[in-house]
Amino acid sequence: MKPAAFDYHAPRTVEEAVALLATHGEEARILAGGQSLVPTMAFRMARPGVLVDINRIPDLAFLRAEDGILRIGALTRHAAFEKPVAPGPVGALLARVARHIAHAPIRQRGTFCGSLAHADPASEWCATTLALSGTLMVAGPDGQRAVAAEDWFQGVFTTAIAPGEMLAEVRLPLLGPDWRCGFAEFARRAGDFALAMAVVALRLDAGRVAEARIALGGIGGRPELAPDAAAALIGQLPRDAAQSSAERAAAGCDPQDDIHAPADYRRDLVRVMVRRAIEDAIAA
Amino acid sequence: MSRHVVTFTVNGVAQRVEVEARSTLADTLRESCGLTGTHLGCEHGVCGACTVLVNDIPTRACLMFAVQADGAAIRTVEGLAAPDGTLNALQQAFQDHHGLQCGFCTPGFLMLSTWLLERDEVLSEATLREALASNICRCTGYQGIVEAVRSAARKAGRWAE
Ligand SMILES: Cc1cc2nc3c(=O)[nH]c(=O)nc-3n(C[C@H](O)[C@H](O)[C@H](O)COP(=O)(O)OP(=O)(O)OC[C@H]3O[C@@H](n4cnc5c(N)ncnc54)[C@H](O)[C@@H]3O)c2cc1C
Ligand code: FES
Ligand code: FES
Repeated sequence: MKPAAFDYHAPRTVEEAVALLATHGEEARILAGGQSLVPTMAFRMARPGVLVDINRIPDLAFLRAEDGILRIGALTRHAAFEKPVAPGPVGALLARVARHIAHAPIRQRGTFCGSLAHADPASEWCATTLALSGTLMVAGPDGQRAVAAEDWFQGVFTTAIAPGEMLAEVRLPLLGPDWRCGFAEFARRAGDFALAMAVVALRLDAGRVAEARIALGGIGGRPELAPDAAAALIGQLPRDAAQSSAERAAAGCDPQDDIHAPADYRRDLVRVMVRRAIEDAIAA
Repeated sequence: MSRHVVTFTVNGVAQRVEVEARSTLADTLRESCGLTGTHLGCEHGVCGACTVLVNDIPTRACLMFAVQADGAAIRTVEGLAAPDGTLNALQQAFQDHHGLQCGFCTPGFLMLSTWLLERDEVLSEATLREALASNICRCTGYQGIVEAVRSAARKAGRWAE
């Protein structure tokens, strides 16, 4: 189908974009890569009266490592991560994750921040940002505020963003060489949304896990941390503890039935994905 | 409902069109520019039939509004063959290797493959298959399409044996 009619604005600055959101209120939506918004408009599940296209705001087109932080501007496309954007475990992780997102042409337009703003439960970038304890920089009428990834995801397609605000940037810590990061997902076909995924970040001290974070995606309304599964790794050799961590993740999660997979099947997938993500981290 | 005057080039030819904001690039190419080689299958990003190159980047033309393409250089399937109709090497490979039957998906596969062959990277069996998974073909079973692009890549010196 075709999208319903709307008014289109292409501001040149973040201030102009935020002012447009203020003027048009609930009617207005940000248009970034369009790779999720335009399909929902074509289905008429979304009928925004005003689109604020941020693609012509040069200040949002940045991706840089600064003081151990990776700063991802709102116009950074998924494809920018296909090759490591920084040395170390995080750059390598992002490159392994990126190729699981949709297909090459969609990765050329879809944006990292658009994925975080859209908050699809099966978004790879959402689970990754949660596992890495990223920070989201939100721009509003009073300037910017920071939101921790753990506070960002509130439900299916629902985030901590307030009316009149936009996501300007996501910051990820560039973890040091004592960290290992791993990823695994299961999707029916290349490029499909995953039925389950796991992202892990482990800090090793003399081969044993000193700190661990595990995020799950694709199984419920929003990506979630698996703190019990992470705790099972502490003080252990990751290879030895991978299976018991995976069991805890499966026992602790609450997957949903849907047309793609029953809950029990998803729970089995969680177990396998967590184990594989830990193995991926050690191998990396 | 805003209307916009948009200028861009399509296959090197300057176009000036007046569109509603909601007109997708695909509909604009077909209806305002009369270039019906770009096909629409699903109109929501999953089939790839509408793939065109926007500033040399493969793009689902059903997921971009024409107004967003203001100032862009667009390439469509109509720009591949020579003016006298002689097929280019990639198109010829599709014909030689039975890379099409009904032809509905073909413009999308051709534009996606054009990009794959223009990049600075050599293709391997795995990367080619992964990339072509972007688009849907209901007829060929894909083998002919894979063979066509593999053969064109070999001839262009872009194939990792
Ligand atoms: C066939 C297909 C397969 C896909 N497969 C996957 C997949 O496997 N994994 C995956 O993660 N994604 C997948 N996607 C979605 C894709 O990754 C999108 O690019 C992403 O979800 C949204 O980013 P965008 O830049 O395209 O946002 P848009 O589509 O432009 O916007 C999406 C939503 O976020 C809002 N928004 C966007 N940017 C901002 C911002 N900076 N501030 C505030 N609000 C904003 C918009 O208003 C809109 O509500 C797929 C898409 C398609 C068409
Ligand atoms: S018509 Fe655009 S992807 Fe199917
Ligand atoms: S040739 Fe018929 S859909 Fe591909």
